[in-house]
Amino acid sequence: MSEPLLSVRGLKVHFPVATGKLFGKTPVVRAVDGIDFTLDEGETLGIVGESGCGKSTTGNAILGLAPVTEGEILFDGTNVSALTGKARQALWRDLQVVFQDPVSALDPKRTIGQSIAEPLAIHGVGKAERRARVDELMELVGLRSGQRDRYPNELSGGQRQRVVIARALALEPRVVICDEAVSALDVSIQSQVLNLLLRLQRDLGLSYLFISHDLSVVRHIADRIAVMYLGTVVEEAPTDALFARPLHPYTEALLSAVPVPDPLAERAKTGRPLQGDVPNPMEMPAGCPFVARCPLREEGCDAIRPAPIEVSPGHRLACHVREREITGASALDKVG
Amino acid sequence: MAEAQTLEIRDLSIGVGEHSVVDGVDFSIGRGEIVALVGESGSGKSLTALSIMGLLSGSVHQTGGTATLEGQALELGNDAAMQKLRGTSLSMIFQEPIASLNPLLSVGAQVAESLIVHGRATSDEAWDRAVEMLRDVGIPAPEQRARQLPSELSGGMCQRVMIASALIAEPRLLIADEPTTALDVTIQAQILHLMRRLRDETDTSVLIITHDMGVVASVADRVCVMYGGRIVEQAEVHELFAAPRHPYTKLLLATIPRMDGPRKVELFSISGMVPDVSAWPEGCRFRTRCPLASDACATRPPLEAVGEGTDHVTACWHSDKVEGLA
Repeated sequence: MSEPLLSVRGLKVHFPVATGKLFGKTPVVRAVDGIDFTLDEGETLGIVGESGCGKSTTGNAILGLAPVTEGEILFDGTNVSALTGKARQALWRDLQVVFQDPVSALDPKRTIGQSIAEPLAIHGVGKAERRARVDELMELVGLRSGQRDRYPNELSGGQRQRVVIARALALEPRVVICDEAVSALDVSIQSQVLNLLLRLQRDLGLSYLFISHDLSVVRHIADRIAVMYLGTVVEEAPTDALFARPLHPYTEALLSAVPVPDPLAERAKTGRPLQGDVPNPMEMPAGCPFVARCPLREEGCDAIRPAPIEVSPGHRLACHVREREITGASALDKVG
Repeated sequence: MAEAQTLEIRDLSIGVGEHSVVDGVDFSIGRGEIVALVGESGSGKSLTALSIMGLLSGSVHQTGGTATLEGQALELGNDAAMQKLRGTSLSMIFQEPIASLNPLLSVGAQVAESLIVHGRATSDEAWDRAVEMLRDVGIPAPEQRARQLPSELSGGMCQRVMIASALIAEPRLLIADEPTTALDVTIQAQILHLMRRLRDETDTSVLIITHDMGVVASVADRVCVMYGGRIVEQAEVHELFAAPRHPYTKLLLATIPRMDGPRKVELFSISGMVPDVSAWPEGCRFRTRCPLASDACATRPPLEAVGEGTDHVTACWHSDKVEGLA
């Protein structure tokens, strides 16, 4: 079997918290606390979860924008987590990002043609070739070449996000990290940009790491989905399997919390929504990160961190209670 | 004679400078009813809500129309008159609960404030009522929480505090402008659940402003769809989702990726984008993006019932062809 294009192993990103105190232990936020996943060529992996779950920090760590405390990030077999300077710059040819807010991602004083050409100039593409390539890229993302001398403030939000995507594709990357890439757009524009991302993937064989809080968008675009909670992956599965049979109690709660545009289905929902808030990441429980809100919790869940197990091909789960239901045993059996 | 509607808006128009941004909006909200005003950025939904609160300011001003609250005319442009109603008869909550709360005042004091300002209670009574109200909106240990600052509470807790302070004086109408947009989905579910429960218990009328059709389906009894500063369609919620009769509503519903639809296929999309307020077309404002547009659409279509004896209304010359779209 071929190696995955991107492979994240045991990734931890811990941030020290400034307390203003000279002495004593510096508290640490465990933004990402030991996660594993892979991304194959031409594939889309969705990462979903709520604020503070570590999904954006994961993307930033891969991009070199957040410090890797522990673990490996393998890109095409090379560990890239420690790359700096020229080596890191060379990686940008293969690895690009599209962030949520196209307004702050573009320099207001550059024309969109200049913005799209910038990565080409940095990587030594000559002027005449740059011009031709910018035209090509603009056509690729559905912008008119007449718009190349426009400034970002003259464009709509959807058009600006197309510019950001064109710039990300300028160096013909193999992986694009989309961090809430359609979240700031109106729904009618969001569907245009999703269609564009799907078409680009088909035509160029791109791989996407698609980070989003919006489950219906992720379901639409992703082949596989990893669900994160408080810095850990609690469940990972092929998209259809995850939606047909969510196993982790957090995944179940998350899926049922999404309001669907169907009044009959909404009003048929019974029972109380999941209670409580995501805990402060500085007060990470020793055991399962979801224990404080979990309707299934048992004795021992707060003490022993559940290790992910594979319950069916590609479907991984980190929950003691469900593990025992499925396999007949779990680490909880040793408690008491 | 039927009981007066809680809120009745007639022909409301709002301008920014010389441009019309809300144009002839009519709708009403019955007692205990939840009405959703839904639309994309620039549809005029939030300005409509602000004008009902008498909160338009600067170059944004009301250019026409009337509003009544339980049969009494509202003087929307008279700040002193509106100030007496804000917090008592009319309340509003916003998208960013943390930005809407005073960071230096305990949440209990902020919930109690409107009772004290309007002379409804002494400060001790108001504090006790505030603690009760915090309990009602689902804040655990409200006696302790009331003494904390907003920064010590989560975003979801702060939105509960906003709702408590909006409802403590038992308003006739609560306006909620994107109340769950900034919240995580499991917290959103809690807040929507709370809004439904409070409406059932207190019979407060609610106007909810949202861009999210899922939120509409979850809480609204009736829906007004806005595009380009006008209401283009209005119907009972089940009817609107099952049989939309304006092309914009129909297409908007078709663009949303569904939890049960096919994956990785091309989504339906509405061509073009919302034109700038300075460039609205004459007649129907959706016609530049509408697949059904014809010469007739250069004339503004009236908001008319889609059939005999129904309160489902739409503003489209081709409403009989909408079903075949998308």
